Amino acid sequence: MAPSAFLWLLLGALYFFIPLIATTLFSLKSNQTGHCCTAANYSWVIHSAAFWHSLKISALLALETIVISLLLFVPTIYWVHLKLPKLRPVIAFLALIPFVVPPIVMVVGLLRFFKGTPSWFYAQPWGFLAGAYVILAFPYMFFSLDAGFRAIDVHTLTEASQSLGARWTTTLVKVILPNIRAAALAGSFLTLAIVMGEFTIANLSAFHTFPIFIQYVNESQGFPAASLTLLSFGITWAAMGSLLLVGRKRGTGGAVVAGAR
Amino acid sequence: MSGRRRLSLAWLATVPFFAYTILFLFLPAGSVLIGAFQGTVHGYTFGNVRQLFNHPYIDAYKTSIEVSLVTSVIGGVAGLFIAYAAIREGTPRWIRSALTTFSGVAANFGGIPLAFAFIATLGPLGIITVFFRKHGWDPTQHGLSLFSKTGVELTYMYFQLPLMILVIAPAIDGLRKEWREASANLGGSQLQFWRYIGVPVLMPSLLGAIILLFGNAFAAYATAYSLTSGTVNLVPILIGAYYSGNVLNNPHLAQAMAFGMFVVLALMMVIYIPLQRRAARWAK
Repeated sequence: MAPSAFLWLLLGALYFFIPLIATTLFSLKSNQTGHCCTAANYSWVIHSAAFWHSLKISALLALETIVISLLLFVPTIYWVHLKLPKLRPVIAFLALIPFVVPPIVMVVGLLRFFKGTPSWFYAQPWGFLAGAYVILAFPYMFFSLDAGFRAIDVHTLTEASQSLGARWTTTLVKVILPNIRAAALAGSFLTLAIVMGEFTIANLSAFHTFPIFIQYVNESQGFPAASLTLLSFGITWAAMGSLLLVGRKRGTGGAVVAGAR
Repeated sequence: MSGRRRLSLAWLATVPFFAYTILFLFLPAGSVLIGAFQGTVHGYTFGNVRQLFNHPYIDAYKTSIEVSLVTSVIGGVAGLFIAYAAIREGTPRWIRSALTTFSGVAANFGGIPLAFAFIATLGPLGIITVFFRKHGWDPTQHGLSLFSKTGVELTYMYFQLPLMILVIAPAIDGLRKEWREASANLGGSQLQFWRYIGVPVLMPSLLGAIILLFGNAFAAYATAYSLTSGTVNLVPILIGAYYSGNVLNNPHLAQAMAFGMFVVLALMMVIYIPLQRRAARWAK
């Protein structure tokens, strides 16, 4: 290896690993004495009801976001690939917009536009927040699924299915869906990572999701916050690791993620 | 005739997607646009937008743009060097795949947890701060603070570098081995290869990636919020303060600030799109 290459990689590795090591060390320190080593911070997290509550909200939100975006995108992209190929650039462009518009701008608009709507929507994370997160998931869902649909022969599969007498719904659920499973999973894991880390929209619309809980602990108790930080990093790892696992199959594409900032 | 009817039915199937996009993307965006030009009592005004050019709003834009420029240019160049170091011949292949995997995770590791990781490293009790203090040099007494503009920039690098590595790697792959050999055969030196071939070929992708990084930092809210509790005056922080604090006497000002962010990003896209087109020519 060239010396300069070694130097750059070493510098990069130091920059990326020292904060993780520091967080790990912090997570092992006692919150009372500040000394090493104890597992008390981890047990504090596990025994915190607020932790489980916020984690549950975020996990359910992620699930809801994934289901809505799959329902929205799978039929649309299928149809566009089958019948309306000219529409594909339009949808690709629309799906890219949330990647460019900052969440802070998005939430200002959403708060103003939906102000005064019924409280079952506006005051519930399952309404307002999920609605916003589906938009955040747009680029990741679209580009994963689009790559999946491009890797299969939509026309032949559909014709074969229909000549055997299947209806549209049967074709979509029993023929198309199994063939784009890897792509749908890839999009879902990306969405999961986004929702589990999203702070901006949740904070400005005052919903108590998992990242909001981490920030609350951050402000009040230093060392337990370290164990939460590691846990959050672990969730990101798990989502990205699963993505790589399904990515081995063809047609999942390489999506670049830029999640919670 | 029947062909035309089928076409109109075909459009119908995409209605849910477009309806959702209109409801959750376009109408709220339009709402920001209208709100930015509305007066507190009634009627339309340029007053909100004009106020953006006064303190502290104009300073927030300057700080935001400065932080984004610094982290995108330094992050972009350093990311390029790291990516090149991992991809170039002579580096073991596993390093590249390890770097790509790690970058995929790190690019997504932002916000609150990232701020904490840096507090644990460079904060007043962080391990590096404590290490230097033990050896007789206290960084906090030399004006070095994590909770400053420089601190925010240093922290933003944690998601800027991996994003750069992910985005620029395909362009580095596009630098073909044959070009290097051809250059060497004609007597070109290492420096001449980069001066006349490498840099010009990479330049469009490099500039495009840096603009992407600019937008990435410009939009960031959670990291700076958690790190500085709002003491560094960035546009997203200022907008956030209008909603979470008790200073909301004029919501239209927050909408005007959001509109201003959008204008900056739209300008960025105007530069980005043609650069991306040129860069695509060299991709495989």
